[in-house]
Order: sequence, then C-alpha cells, then structure tokens
Amino acid sequence: MNIEQFLLMRHELLLVITALILIVAEIFVADKTKIIPLGVGLFFVNLVIGFLPAQTGTLFGGMFHNTDMTIMMKNVLNIGTFIVILQSAAWLKKPENHDKLAEFIALLISTLVGMQFMISSGDFLMFYIGLETATIPVAALAAFERIRNRSAEAGVKLILSSALSSGVLLYGLSMIYGTTGSIYFDAVALAFTGTQLQTLAFIYFLAGMAFKISLVPFHLWAADVYEGAPINVTSYLSVVSKGAAVFILTILLFTVFSKIVAMWQNVLYTLAVLTMTVGNLFALRQKNIKRFLAFSSIAQAGFILLGMMGANELGSATVVYFVLIYIFSNLSAFGVATLISNNSGKENIDEYNGFYSTNPGLSLIMLLALFSLAGIPPVAGFFAKFFLFTAAASAGYYWLVFIAVINATISLFYYLLVVKAMFINKNDNPIAPITIDIYSKVGLILAAVGLVVTGLWSDVFEVIRGLSFGIN
Amino acid sequence: MDILTLFVTIPVLTMLAIGFAKNTQQVRLISAVGMSIQLLNAVRLLFAFFAERKAGNTAEFLFTQDLVWFKSLNIHYAIGVDGIAVAMLVLTAIIIFTGVFASWTMKELTKEFFISLILLATGVFGFFISLDLFTMFVFYEVAVIPMYLLIGIWGSGRKEYSAMKLTIMLMGGSALLMVGLFGIYFNSNVAGGELTWNLQEIAKIQIPIEAQRMFFPMLFVGFGVLGALFPFHTWSPDGHASAPTAVSMLHAGVLMKLGGYGAFRVAMYLMPEAAQEQAWIFIVLTSISVLYGALGAIMQTDLKYINAYSSVSHCGLILFGLLMMNQTAMNGAILQMISHGIMTALFFALIGMIYGRTHTRMIDKMGGLMKVIPFLSVAYVIGGLASLGLPGFSGFVAEMTIFVGAFQHADIFHRVATIIAVSSIVVTAVYILRVVGVLLLGPIKNDEFLQLKDAEWHEQLTLVTLIIGIAGIGIAPLWLSDLIGEGLAPVVAKLLAAIH
Repeated sequence: MNIEQFLLMRHELLLVITALILIVAEIFVADKTKIIPLGVGLFFVNLVIGFLPAQTGTLFGGMFHNTDMTIMMKNVLNIGTFIVILQSAAWLKKPENHDKLAEFIALLISTLVGMQFMISSGDFLMFYIGLETATIPVAALAAFERIRNRSAEAGVKLILSSALSSGVLLYGLSMIYGTTGSIYFDAVALAFTGTQLQTLAFIYFLAGMAFKISLVPFHLWAADVYEGAPINVTSYLSVVSKGAAVFILTILLFTVFSKIVAMWQNVLYTLAVLTMTVGNLFALRQKNIKRFLAFSSIAQAGFILLGMMGANELGSATVVYFVLIYIFSNLSAFGVATLISNNSGKENIDEYNGFYSTNPGLSLIMLLALFSLAGIPPVAGFFAKFFLFTAAASAGYYWLVFIAVINATISLFYYLLVVKAMFINKNDNPIAPITIDIYSKVGLILAAVGLVVTGLWSDVFEVIRGLSFGIN
Repeated sequence: MDILTLFVTIPVLTMLAIGFAKNTQQVRLISAVGMSIQLLNAVRLLFAFFAERKAGNTAEFLFTQDLVWFKSLNIHYAIGVDGIAVAMLVLTAIIIFTGVFASWTMKELTKEFFISLILLATGVFGFFISLDLFTMFVFYEVAVIPMYLLIGIWGSGRKEYSAMKLTIMLMGGSALLMVGLFGIYFNSNVAGGELTWNLQEIAKIQIPIEAQRMFFPMLFVGFGVLGALFPFHTWSPDGHASAPTAVSMLHAGVLMKLGGYGAFRVAMYLMPEAAQEQAWIFIVLTSISVLYGALGAIMQTDLKYINAYSSVSHCGLILFGLLMMNQTAMNGAILQMISHGIMTALFFALIGMIYGRTHTRMIDKMGGLMKVIPFLSVAYVIGGLASLGLPGFSGFVAEMTIFVGAFQHADIFHRVATIIAVSSIVVTAVYILRVVGVLLLGPIKNDEFLQLKDAEWHEQLTLVTLIIGIAGIGIAPLWLSDLIGEGLAPVVAKLLAAIH
C-alpha cells in the first residue's frame, strides 16, 4: 500500500492523530485548560483539511471505500462535532472536570472516527467495527459526571441498550451472511433478493439500526439517557451520533437492500408514522429542556425517514441536507440551553420565563433555532423539511407527507411553548444576563449563521444534490 | 433593481434600519418613512402598469423576472403581476402605511413590534408578486412567525390562547397547502418536459383529473382556512380580538385576502375541472360562513368581536363570489377583497383608537361618543355604512356585483345559496346600526368620557387615508373593475372551458 492509497483514509487518520496528540499533551501540560485551545485548534485544522479536494477509491480489498458523498457526510459530522467541542469548553473549564478534560475531547473524537469508518465501510465487518467504536466511547461520555447518579445511570443505560441492539443487529447480519455467502456489500446486494429468511434478516438488521437512530418503538432508552448525560453529550448524541447512523442506514438501504426497496419502504412507512407521532406526543408533555429536545429529536428522526423513502437521488440528497441543517438548528438550541444550564443550573422550560428581557441575543438565537426545527421560513429548517417531503412525494407518498406536515404543525405547538416562555411570559426573577465565553460565542455564531444561510443560499443544496446517489 | 423586488427590499431595509434605531421616536420615524416609500412604490407600480397596458403590452403578467434558485428542483424566484396583484399590492401598501400610524403610541418593546409588523407585511408583499409556487409558499409562511409574537406579546385579553390557536390553525392550513403543491408539482410535466413550480407554465397544461380531484380540496381548504372558510374560521374572532390594532388591521385587511387570492390563483386556476366538480361543497360552506358570521356578530358585545365576526361573513362572501365562477361574480369577489380590506382596517383602527380612550370595548359600557369625539365617530359611521353596503361606498359595488353574478346561475341550488348569502345584508344592517346607535348616539354613560380628546394628527392621517380609499372605490369603481377584469379573464376562460 502506498502513501496515496493510505491518504484515502485522510479524515479518519487525522482524527486519530488529533486524539493521540491530545492524550499525550495532557501528560506534559500543567494547566489542563490549555488543552482546550489545542483541541479546538487541531480540530479546526481537521475540519478545514476535510473540505480540501480528496481522492476517492477503495482500500483493503473493498472493506473501505470513499466516495464524494461519504466525504461530504464526514464533513457534515465534523462540523457538528466542532460546534459541540466549542460549546463544551466552558463546562470543561469547571474545576471538577479538569482532570479528565483531555479525555473528553479524545473520546469525542474517537467516537467520530468510528462513525467515519462506518460511513466508509464496504462490508459488514468494517461497518460493525465502526459502529461499536462509535458507541462505546459515547457511553463513557454519558457517564462523564460519574459522581452524579443520573449521569452514571445514563452511561449504563446506553451501554446496555446498545449492547442489546448490537446483538439484534449481529443476529440479522449472521443471517445475511448465511443466505448470501458474503459480507461484502457489493456481493450481498446482488444476492439479496428478499427470500423469507432474508426478509427476517433485514428486519433484525433494521431493528438494530432503529435502536441507534431511536425510532419508535425502539426509542425508550433515548429520553433517559439524554436527560441524565451532561448536556453537551446529549447534544452530541442527538445530532452527530444520530446523523451518522442515518447516513449509513441510507447508504445500506440504497445499495445493499436495493432489490427489496418496495418492502423496506413499507416498513419505513410504519416506523415513520409511529416515530413522528409518538415523539411529538411525548414532547408535548415535557418540562425539562433536555428531555424536550430529546423527544423533539425523536420526532425529527421520523421526518428523516421520509427522505429515505424517496429511494432516489433526491432522497439521499435531502437526507444529508436535512442532517446538516438539523445540526445547525439543534446545536443552536442546545448551545443556548447549555449556557443557561452552566450559568444558572436551570433546565426547566418554565424557568425560561422572561428570558428575553435579560438575554435578548440568546433568546433570538433560540427563537430561530426552534422555528428552524419546526420548519418555518426563512430559516433553513423550512427548506430541509420541505425538500424531505418533496422526496417522499416524488415516490407518491402523499398521505404520508400529509401525516408528516400535520405532525410538523403539532411540533410547532411545543416549540412555541418555549418561545412563549422566553418572550411572552412574565417573570419577576428572570435568569440573570449571561456572560458568554469566547468558545461558546464562536460555536453559537457558527450554528446560527448556518441556520440562516444554508437554506436561502441554494448552492449548499445543489452541491449535495450533485453528489447524491439513488437506486439503479 | 426591478420595481417588484423593491416591494420586498424596502421593508427588509426598513427592518434593518429599525434594528439600529436608538429610541422609540427613531423607530417610529424610520417605519413611517419606509412604509411611505413603499406606498409611493405601489402607486408608481400602478401607473407603470397602466402605462404598459396602454402601450399595448398584452402579456398576462407584467414586470416579470425569473432567477433560478434551487436548480435541481427547478425552483425559481419568479415574479410578475397582473391587474389583480397590482390592486392587492396597493391595498397592502395602504394598510401597512396606516398601520404604522395607528401604532404611533405603542410603548412597550417598540423596536421589536415594528420589525415584526413589517416582517409580516413583507411576507404578504412577497406572496402577491410571486409566480413560482414555492417562492409564494415561502413568503406565505414567513408571515407566520411574527404573527404569533405580535399577538402573544402585544395583544390583549386571552392573547396567549388566541395567538397559539391562530398560529396552529393557519399552519394546519398550510400543511394541506404543502401537500396540494406537491400534487401540482409532480403532475406538472404531463405534457412532457421538466417538472415545474411556475404558475404560468402549469396553467398551460391540464393536470390529470384524478390528481385534481385529490388535490383541489386540499389547496382550496388550505387557503380557505386563511380566508375564514366555515368551519375553519374559529381562529379569526379570537385572533382579531386579541391582536394589537395594527395587526388586526393587517390581518383582517390583507392576510385573510391571501386566502381568497390563493384560492383562485392557485387552486381554481390550475385545477379548473375539479373546481367545477366540487364547487357545490364549498358553496354550501361559504353560504354558511356568510350568514353565520353575520349572525355571530349580532350576538357579540365586544367591538372587536363584532368586527371579527363581520370579517368572517365578508370574507365568506369573497370565496362565495369566486365559486360562482363567472366574470361578474369573480370581479365582485376581488372588489370585495379590496373594499373589505380597507373597510375592516378602518374599523380596527377606530376600535383601537376608541379603546385607547375609553379603556373598554364593550358597547353597553359606552354611549354618546358622537358628542365627545366627533371625528372618530363620524369615521365610524362612514365605515359602518360602507360595511352594510350603502351605495356610494365600496361595499355596495362589491356585494352588488357578486350577487348579480351569482344570480346568473339559473339552477335552484345556486339560487338558494345566493338568497341565503344575500340575507346576510339585512343582518349586517342590524348589527352595524345597533352599534352606531348604542355607541355613538344616545346619552353619555360615563362622565369620564367628557374628558376624551378627539383624534390626533397621526390618527387623522390613518383614518382619512382609509376613508378616501373606501369612497374612491365607491364613487369610481370602473377603473378598478377594469384592472381586475383583465386579470380575471384567463382564469374565467379556463374555468368556463372546464364545464363538460
């Protein structure tokens, strides 16, 4: 293998190097907080290099392959992770987190490495290794504040439920291997015609993936884990982790399972309706902002399925586009929630009452983020959601689109409840003005700019559309 | 920059400028200047439009611009106006202009208020200039965000409930719209070629009848929610009653007209066969709207509720006229949009001004206002007379035309529906005259009212502008009728061709 081939794994290698540098640096740096600028700087370099033109090709006899689209997906995940790191800086600087500061960033990066390998995988082995590499560090992150019972509980819940889902997934994969005689995607795709056993295998596989994306009825772990984990880990879980799982599921559905497209469309139909509706109905009742955003992100996952069901180039493009915009929207909302939580310890929605009177800027960002999540123009969420629905409508799923837009309307109701708390409700003792540290500020501005620009500026969509793939 | 895009740029620039204003006075001044420029631009458009027509330009839409936006989905920023759109743009410009002056005494969070108000208007302006269905929908939805905040923050009474109800119901309507638009888009290449969102392109083809049957009701009801179609009108009384003055003006005056405008420009124009087939359902519903709204108004004692229910009735009449699907009735319906737009803005402005003085909107608590605030009272009488359709004012012209058009249908169904709708005029007379009698005439019920001051300069400006509009249309309806008629001709032709 020569160096040029090796560079096909550029994204992954750079991340590994970054993580190693951070761990080594921790030994030599006396003032642990200095690791934050180092980590941010290195990751930023990473992010920029990721966007440079790259080669595409295959490695390890087909286990690893890179296309323009997978590179785009990795860049999208990099953007999300970068914002999460920026937003966690203030929290990491707290004295109780000093001794494990470098670990946090290193663990975050190693999960990202897992996800990137997963996206680029060319066979089920690489896929599974990537998936586990992505999952196990996240459990450690969820239990990061281990002296807090809820955080420890979240870690255990996450590891147990993902162990279960991995088991189910592996069971499905073993059947796929048994019926097709191969674990390579290309070979499986040819042999996977949808016999009864293969159908069963697919259902197990999909159930395993549905756990990761937290689709209803496989979502029950999500709310508890999201609430218990530190807020930055929650935002990472609900945005980047979910995004990666969505990407690989799209790829697999469109390539490996392309022959049984009619079947998986029917399954996804049911899952989408359930996920949107149940996620929404639970979100309506939440009082805690983290749980609230958790359930809203479950509902959003239901919308993403609509894009996949398009099963054409438009479908894959809209899924990636939606995840990109969802990163900006959700991270804007989480960014504001993080600041509030760090500064005042308040996490309940009714404690946000009167927030606009003391923190107009943060309230406005939250407003834009929530409207983007609800899909109201001119913020980007509208375009993302509209295009997802276009993809589903292009496959003739008008009634599903109808159910989805009704759900979007219901979701507007609970997003407006937060807006109402911040802007309309009166409070004699609102949250005091928050001083924003430089990292959070950059993170928030990045997310907020993305929120406004990625929709109106059509080139973003067109570039993704140009890379998209469908079922041949 | 072309004259139509200016309709979006001017308000956007005004909003940005307001963002930099230092105090309430500057905010007011910037808003007033910005909206005056907008009004001038609208008048300039009116003259430019006539000049083009006189020069022999017979294209259906003038001043068209077409820029590619999302290439792969064939989404364009396509704009252009016909006579109807021009009339609606002028109406919107008048109402936002007067709305700014009607909110002159706003004290709380003025900056945010005027930005939201102008953002709302931007959505409306954008909607009327769009020829691309996607762009049109974007502008339509832009109007939603500020609506919630405007009512929720600056409203009165049960404002939080009303704001939520209004927003959710309108979004429910736009949910239907979205599905309907997909239905049109994915059927827009039956004649071959690329899928398109362009209204003019789609108007050239015939959408398959099965698709029409499915998507026409979605689009019509979707727009109908905004146009207060029974039974989807319930957001309107609560919303209008709770909204601050300028928002009620803009909402009842223009935003509700978006419903009627969209119903004929998108639903009926693009799917005429289904429109002919299903019209009877909606004729029944609109007849109920018309009469029910009027009867609802009789039962109310709150001035804003009276006017809100009367808006339901009058807007029902717009949809009713459109559904008669002949040149005369549709012409009347569009006239009614403009006439009611100005009239209801006048009413809501007056109610705001009266409420600002008496601090009550209950008619039984007031009386004899004519003696203490004659200027406002006379304006109220003029608005009332126009509303009940007195000749010489805009309301008469519009309603008369609608009913004449409706009576051109000789069958028993249309006759009965028309008679039901006509009977609302009598009911309207009852509630208008009752309000005028109790509120303005009679003895002064409360000694505090003797201290009331009559209209200030900015209030006079608001009222006079609107009254000129009402009287202008009433006395010389012909030029407006011509403007509307030529815009309607292609729509009517398509609808008539769809009769089997």
